[in-house]
Amino acid sequence: MTSTTVDHHHHAHGHLDHDDIDVFGFWIYIMTDCLLFATLFATFVVLRGATFGGPALGQLMSLPYVFGETMFLLASSFTYGLAMLSFYKQHRNWALTWLLVTVVCGAAFVFMEVREFIELYIEGHSFQTNAALSAFFTLVGTHGTHVSIGLIWMVLMIFQLFRYGTTAAINRRLTYLGLFWHFLDIVWIFVFTVVYLMGAV
Amino acid sequence: MTIQQLIFGKLTLEAIPYHTPIIVGAGIGMGLVVLLVLGLITYFRQWGYLWREWITSIDHKKIGVMYLILSLVMLVRGFADAIMMRTQQAMAASPHMGYLPPEHFNQIFSAHGVIMIFFVAMPLMFGLLNMALPLQIGARDVAFPYLNSMSLWMTVVGAMLVNISLVVGDFNATGWLAYPPLSELSYSPTVGVDYYIWALQISGVGSLLSGINFLVTIFKMRCPGMTLMKMPIFCWAALCAMILVALAFPILTATLGMLLLDRFLGMHFFTADLGGNAMMYVNLIWAWGHPEVYILILPAFGIFSEVVATFSKKPLFGYTSMVYATAAITLLSFIVWLHHFFTMGAGADVNAFFGIATMIIAIPTGVKIFNWLFTMYHGRVTFSVPMLWTIAFVSTFAIGGMTGVLMSLPPVDFQLHNSVFLVAHFHNVIIGGVVFGYFAGVTYWFPKIFGFRLDEKWGKRSFWCWLVGFYLAFMPLYALGLMGMTRRLDYYPASTGWHPWLVVAMVGAFVIGAGILCQLIQAYVSIRDRRKNRDVTGDAWIDGRTLEWSIPSPAPFYNFAVTPVVHERDAYWHMKEKGIENPNTTVQSHYDDIHMPKNTSVGFLIAVFSGIFGFGMTWGIYWMVVLGIVGIFVVPMVRSFSKNIDYYLTSDEIRKMETARQ
Repeated sequence: MTSTTVDHHHHAHGHLDHDDIDVFGFWIYIMTDCLLFATLFATFVVLRGATFGGPALGQLMSLPYVFGETMFLLASSFTYGLAMLSFYKQHRNWALTWLLVTVVCGAAFVFMEVREFIELYIEGHSFQTNAALSAFFTLVGTHGTHVSIGLIWMVLMIFQLFRYGTTAAINRRLTYLGLFWHFLDIVWIFVFTVVYLMGAV
Repeated sequence: MTIQQLIFGKLTLEAIPYHTPIIVGAGIGMGLVVLLVLGLITYFRQWGYLWREWITSIDHKKIGVMYLILSLVMLVRGFADAIMMRTQQAMAASPHMGYLPPEHFNQIFSAHGVIMIFFVAMPLMFGLLNMALPLQIGARDVAFPYLNSMSLWMTVVGAMLVNISLVVGDFNATGWLAYPPLSELSYSPTVGVDYYIWALQISGVGSLLSGINFLVTIFKMRCPGMTLMKMPIFCWAALCAMILVALAFPILTATLGMLLLDRFLGMHFFTADLGGNAMMYVNLIWAWGHPEVYILILPAFGIFSEVVATFSKKPLFGYTSMVYATAAITLLSFIVWLHHFFTMGAGADVNAFFGIATMIIAIPTGVKIFNWLFTMYHGRVTFSVPMLWTIAFVSTFAIGGMTGVLMSLPPVDFQLHNSVFLVAHFHNVIIGGVVFGYFAGVTYWFPKIFGFRLDEKWGKRSFWCWLVGFYLAFMPLYALGLMGMTRRLDYYPASTGWHPWLVVAMVGAFVIGAGILCQLIQAYVSIRDRRKNRDVTGDAWIDGRTLEWSIPSPAPFYNFAVTPVVHERDAYWHMKEKGIENPNTTVQSHYDDIHMPKNTSVGFLIAVFSGIFGFGMTWGIYWMVVLGIVGIFVVPMVRSFSKNIDYYLTSDEIRKMETARQ
């Protein structure tokens, strides 16, 4: 059996548009990730009062600080949208620029979160202290890990976009990454509400 | 940290249980078999073939076959555990203590459950889905072939971790769901629970990805004309099961993840101190675990529906009600998890809710039972092996279902909780439902994949052994449960009067063993007589109703030379009745080019790195952990730069292959 050279444009007829299938698959993956977070949220809600005599979680958090952190993440979602708009207009350099801005905002978010974690740890409120703090560090940290993976992915995509330009394959991958990135934004809205706002009141 | 710790972590020679003759024997036996297989492959110079045609294959049919092989090997392993438990309990009426020390007995019943659910039933389910589902919907492959290969190898790696734990270190000794606080570091300080966590995490990711893959396949890859309500009922059952996989497996991942954090980073989710809440784990694990039993049984229901229609030569009775019943079970399966622990003390209202929800599940299940019976009614039933499994299932599963409804009453459950009555109940539904169903499915679709039928005579022998063995092994357990025998006992006083019942149960286990032996002989005989049992028409059971029977056997690697167009439910039956020419069994003058993915080792490599990572985490070998993580990330990254991932089969090539087949 010999195989012929692949030419995607030549074979437009006859088989399904695979991009459509791929993106649908990625949506379902996002849904499953959503359930992973749902499990952690449920655990957090059950355990947040279980401080075992320690201070309530709300007393350990600074709302203005977390609000700043939130702004960085929301801004990064916006700039990602701008990157995609530039991409659709085939403006590779603008797309690259906005992606870089997104990376900077995302990195600032992760940096602030890590700093908050380290401060809590130094003050003696570690993830080993009690069940409430275990749930807090795990829920917030899982989100942070997702954002960090998204950042690594974004750096990879910046490199690929730089090298290959605005091709169909890059378009598809940037669409995945965009879904992932905006999804993390939405999860963070819930983290901010359930963990920080509801903890503060 | 010494150099030795740097290289081997916690792993020392002490981890090899050379002072326990049973384990050493099993380990040597296992090692010899592995060496023999590897030796034979080397001797016949088949490594290249194995690598090119199987390990890197992303053909769903070959992946299905590999799942099948994995689950049969693991069935033998899990059954060895079962025989050991049954003989131990038949011997251990004190003053006799049997032959197994308690710590070993605990590992055996834990390993038995883990292996049978995760590495026998799950791979067999995914194997059957792979073998039949794309063919039933007229597709050339699953939506994501390379992900499919990765799922397979992740499951294999999980199974390997469980088997390695037999000879290197020990396995989880806390039961198949590893309830804390017993599974926490303070009470289970050895690596057993870590092996368990990593085996399940890795294979669980594989299952989740398979679930996503098949969901997309069913929604997006159906051939023209096949609306959802024209799909074969097996596809509906698979669709519902895959929805459950996608919704339930993330809960398992998160829950085991938290147990891991407790053990590895000293957190306090489920510990007995510092605010930990063990019942949170029990709730979460059953929020996955209850849907899991439906993940296993729904595809079996689908198989029975296909088999019963084919061998009764009638369309399935009540297709629509079957679809709604399946969907109803899918929804209900998420609101019954608490019936696994009514004794938690959630209060009368909560228990009543979950009790009633549980009872309601019996209604859609009853609908299905009647649909199967009415399909047989006035049909011309052929008692071939798949049909025998189906008929045995209907009655056996009805008994298992009734004992389930019995236990859904919280006051009754308080009496029966953790007794062997429960053990009898879930074996009744799992063996009588899942196992019988999957065996029916393997026999039914075997000719489509391999091109020849399995031997009927040995199939029937195996069937009778399984059926009789099942009743002998598990009916006594109902009685014992009512007599007050709790599960997982390594010995008991002779004065309880349990001993005779347990001897009967042991005999039953040996009869099941004879059934497994018959299946191995059946495999050998069938391969030996493959020319005699050849399926020349592609319609192996003559009365095939669905699209998989409209193509030649064994199915070509591109499945359908011509994409079928469907007008009716039971599309192939319709084609035969109306005398419509089948373009897949006659040579056409022109074929559309077929877009095919190229084989890839990426899935296999990611799974291997996951295994290295899991083993490293289990033993605290950090260079393996780093190597594993780097591998898991770098392999797909490298692939994302590759453009040489697919090719086209041209019209001429297809015609040449199709002509050769005729």
